[in-house]
Amino acid sequence: MEFKFFHHFGTYLLMLKGMFSRPENPRMYWKQLMQQSVDIGIGSLGIVFIISLFMGGVTTLQTSYQLVSPIIPKATIAQIVRDTIILEFAPTLTSIVLAGVVGSKIASELGNMRISEQIDALEIMGINTKGYLVLPKILGALLTIPCLVVISGFLGIYGGKLAGTAAGIISNDEFMLGLRQELRVYNIFFALSKSYTFAFIISSVSAYYGYNVQGGALEIGKASTTAVVVSCILILFMDYALSAILL
Amino acid sequence: MIELKDIKKGFGDKQVLKGVSATMEAGKVNLIIGSSGSGKTVMMKCIVGLIAVDSGQVLYNEQDFTVMNDQEKKIIRQEIGMLFQGSALFDSMTVEQNVMFPLDMFGMGNYKEKKKRVMECLDRVNLTEAARKFPAEISGGMKKRVGIARAIVLNPKYLFCDEPNSGLDPQTSLLIDKLIKELTVEYNITTVINTHDMNTVMESGDHIIYMFEGLKQWEGSNEDIIFAKDERLNDFIFASDFLRDAKEMRQMEMFRDKNWRDRLKKNDRND
Repeated sequence: MEFKFFHHFGTYLLMLKGMFSRPENPRMYWKQLMQQSVDIGIGSLGIVFIISLFMGGVTTLQTSYQLVSPIIPKATIAQIVRDTIILEFAPTLTSIVLAGVVGSKIASELGNMRISEQIDALEIMGINTKGYLVLPKILGALLTIPCLVVISGFLGIYGGKLAGTAAGIISNDEFMLGLRQELRVYNIFFALSKSYTFAFIISSVSAYYGYNVQGGALEIGKASTTAVVVSCILILFMDYALSAILL
Repeated sequence: MIELKDIKKGFGDKQVLKGVSATMEAGKVNLIIGSSGSGKTVMMKCIVGLIAVDSGQVLYNEQDFTVMNDQEKKIIRQEIGMLFQGSALFDSMTVEQNVMFPLDMFGMGNYKEKKKRVMECLDRVNLTEAARKFPAEISGGMKKRVGIARAIVLNPKYLFCDEPNSGLDPQTSLLIDKLIKELTVEYNITTVINTHDMNTVMESGDHIIYMFEGLKQWEGSNEDIIFAKDERLNDFIFASDFLRDAKEMRQMEMFRDKNWRDRLKKNDRND
């Protein structure tokens, strides 16, 4: 078991090392980077929009349900919603969803290219396939996933306000007051640190499993599932590790 | 010219290539034939560097490919075109974009020049009308022809074809064989084909290497194969009654030619 882990880890590191070589044509690499950024960023906006709004709404409802004491001001609900979303829900929950959406797409795309010999065709042309196929995916994820996390944070807080006011739990003014209370910029730095780490995990782990597929269509499916599962586990592990280190 | 010197390759305990030496000449169609599991696909992948050999040398114009660094390999690879069994076209690109891809990647000229070269190649394989179609919209034979157009777009010195006729009807197979043969002569390319197709063997095989259990069992031309005495080769090539009859007829036809009679007598004396 541990040998298999070391084998995978070693191959993963070699893949990362292999990405860095002089590009055959920087314009083609740039085009690929832009394409990947659009696929990952714009392609995931819809799901991020939906989950963020509901995530914020549910957080408001559940926080107000637990804060039954009359001595706690209602603005505290907004404060808790804001910090919960910034510290945990926007970076972690969004990344876990993106591990499913983006991770499976990356793994199946590369897996399909491997099985249909498209990667071999690129190799034969003298192209560094790790550099041309994997690196733009990782850079694209590093560019767009933190942006998605920021958008998710805003939408989550907005969803929380909508749910709170619609249910009559908290007024608009009280919510806005709570949002401005004791805002720590460090929390935003922490959320962005997590989002960069998770973006790297999602893209590189999924690319690793897709790039190294062997077999046929069944194996592409398996690689996709493994990529998502391993990414999710690593995200949760790193979530804990970063919280322990940075907070 | 490509030279193989005692190449060996194994996977775990299984030795797939047990020391193969061969020479593949320019301007000729070189065929690697053999039953499934004989090592011909591994041999082709070793030649193009998709699989690293365990020992031996692969020489491209006397330069050993197996000891080259990545940068040197890149230079050689830009002289290689390859047609894959499943064509390996990029699904998200049109036929034209697929053929233009190597030119784009290596910055060969401006858009007008690239477009002109692409249309020349597509015209050469009779596919100009399919330029704007996606691979999913064209037939298997057309995909193979696009694969050939992409393989020759950079004017390669070496052309590799992995089972170019698999999954094609006999007429389309003939067309592909003819096209490969013509291109080989036209551009003086060293062509290496890995095939099971007996029609390709008889029609295009300027130089044939028959592989058996990881070793080169027989070597010769498509004319030599008619009078070859190797039992394994004969069992493989002329597997059916129909093919055995065809072989006898061809033998009789060739025997009427005095040059052939003299050549055979000479061979018999040497045997």
